[in-house]
Amino acid sequence: MTLVATREALAATEPGRAAPFFRRRPDAVASPQVPEDMDAPLLSVRGVSLEYRTLERVVRATHRVDFDVYAADRFVLLGPSGCGKSTLLKAVAGFHRPVEGEIRLGGVPVREPGPDRIVVFQEFDQLPPWKTVAQNVAFPLRAAGIVGRREAEARARHYIDKVGLSRFADSYPHQLSGGMKQRVAIARALATQPKMLLMDEPFAALDALTRRKMQEELLALWDEVRFTLLFVTHSIEEALVVGNRVALLSPHPGRVRSEVNSHDFDLTSIGSRDFQAAVQRLHDRLFDTDPALATAGAR
Amino acid sequence: MNQRVLPPIRPEYDRVLAPFVDVPVERILPLSTRLWQQGWLRKGLILAALALLWEGLARWTDNDLLLPGFLATLSALAEGLANSELLDRVRISLVVLGQGYLSGIVLAFLLTTLAVSTQFGRDLLSTLTAMFNPLPAIALLPLALLWFGLGSGSLVFVLIHSVLWPMALNTYAGFQGVPDTLRMAGRNYGLKGLPYVQQILIPAALPAILSGLKIGWAFAWRTLIAAELVFGAASGKGGLGWYIFQNRNELYTDRVFAGLLMVIAIGLVVETVVFASIERVTVRRWGMVR
Repeated sequence: MTLVATREALAATEPGRAAPFFRRRPDAVASPQVPEDMDAPLLSVRGVSLEYRTLERVVRATHRVDFDVYAADRFVLLGPSGCGKSTLLKAVAGFHRPVEGEIRLGGVPVREPGPDRIVVFQEFDQLPPWKTVAQNVAFPLRAAGIVGRREAEARARHYIDKVGLSRFADSYPHQLSGGMKQRVAIARALATQPKMLLMDEPFAALDALTRRKMQEELLALWDEVRFTLLFVTHSIEEALVVGNRVALLSPHPGRVRSEVNSHDFDLTSIGSRDFQAAVQRLHDRLFDTDPALATAGAR
Repeated sequence: MNQRVLPPIRPEYDRVLAPFVDVPVERILPLSTRLWQQGWLRKGLILAALALLWEGLARWTDNDLLLPGFLATLSALAEGLANSELLDRVRISLVVLGQGYLSGIVLAFLLTTLAVSTQFGRDLLSTLTAMFNPLPAIALLPLALLWFGLGSGSLVFVLIHSVLWPMALNTYAGFQGVPDTLRMAGRNYGLKGLPYVQQILIPAALPAILSGLKIGWAFAWRTLIAAELVFGAASGKGGLGWYIFQNRNELYTDRVFAGLLMVIAIGLVVETVVFASIERVTVRRWGMVR
């Protein structure tokens, strides 16, 4: 368990006095949802191949992908377009069925979509426009029959407050900016208290300044709630900042090339030498494919 | 040489901005502009201009038998409303209309639900609409009279025919147009089957459904008046179309115009009051329609 070993090593070097350091520690000890057996991952993806069909052919999106996500991990799938990372996330959400391999969440195979894995999509139209912000956040709670009406409303208010949108609780989605809509989507996901939060390039459609702010807020929320996150992005910087562990996928078809730890980085370390080196390393791994593969990727 | 030209390097500056108080940041629009923003006022002006034009034209031709003026029509209308004959006719028409319209809507929803859930339903819907949508409802009336007799039964039949196909087509197009992300979000919440249709598909397709309802309403109203004009009263109780037809036979042209005005007025009320308020509290409020 290299991951656990790293965590322990970190804990040993910084004996409890540096509070900001603990903020960056993705350890499950502080998490309320810590599994008894630390060796059992919350999500295990084993040999998963995914295919999708166009009118003329069957395309293999990912080929025998393996990775594990532990409770309170912020696990990032990073890769160029065409590496099947979004398809992989949708498979975890239950929208696609693997042609081979298995996805298990808490030991149970994933078969269909469900409110224990709430997805935050990139598109802004994921929020039903006929519901106000408060109703939108409460919607999955009511639709899935998780809690009663009153409890759902209370929880909705709580999480709307967490993402700083209390003033807009009664606004409709079309009255909000893109960043605010994504905040609502995140509040909605958190309010459901899913086993896992799945984010599919949630900030890609935002402007750079808003994206930066949203990353910061997401990390602050994680620090407070300690949810388990699976995050898809094509931005190396975003992967390093948001994630504590990054899986690098190669394109056509998507295969896991490497997994790296990035728990040391946050938004404050963007300019630092270590960060730049890490970016460069990932950049090299993303692009130093041999010519044959590169042309295959370009096609 | 152009390549030698460099932009000048200018000094940097940074200044502290005082709070902005010179001019108010927001201003209220002038009264005339605000009034012109009112839809009812603009539409009222259009109606007033039309009425004026009509009255002028009637005065100019000066022939009450061919073209009674606006005022004469209004007095005939008031008379008809006062002795409650016109209202009775309207009530009879609206009862039949309601029956046909509602059954058409229910059938359209059944057909569309079948179409979104099965391949067979899709084929059925597209074939049936392609066959029957271009067929004028009035063309079915002789057949309907043969089957259902001279009663409201045959009227309801042609009304259903006029509502069902455009309504089903619009609803189906609306369901097809629901964005994938929204569908996935709904399934993500664990919705499926009927709750999924009710809580995701129908609200998301509401703009298309509403336009289907509006088109169906116009078709139904039109078909009903025409059908009543063609075969008139069922068991001695005629509707608004019959009222128009009867008065034309007796050369009460002002009452004919009063009847036509009533048809228009009911159409306007349903459009601007009923449908517009439904739109205001739903699709407009939700920002789905501008």
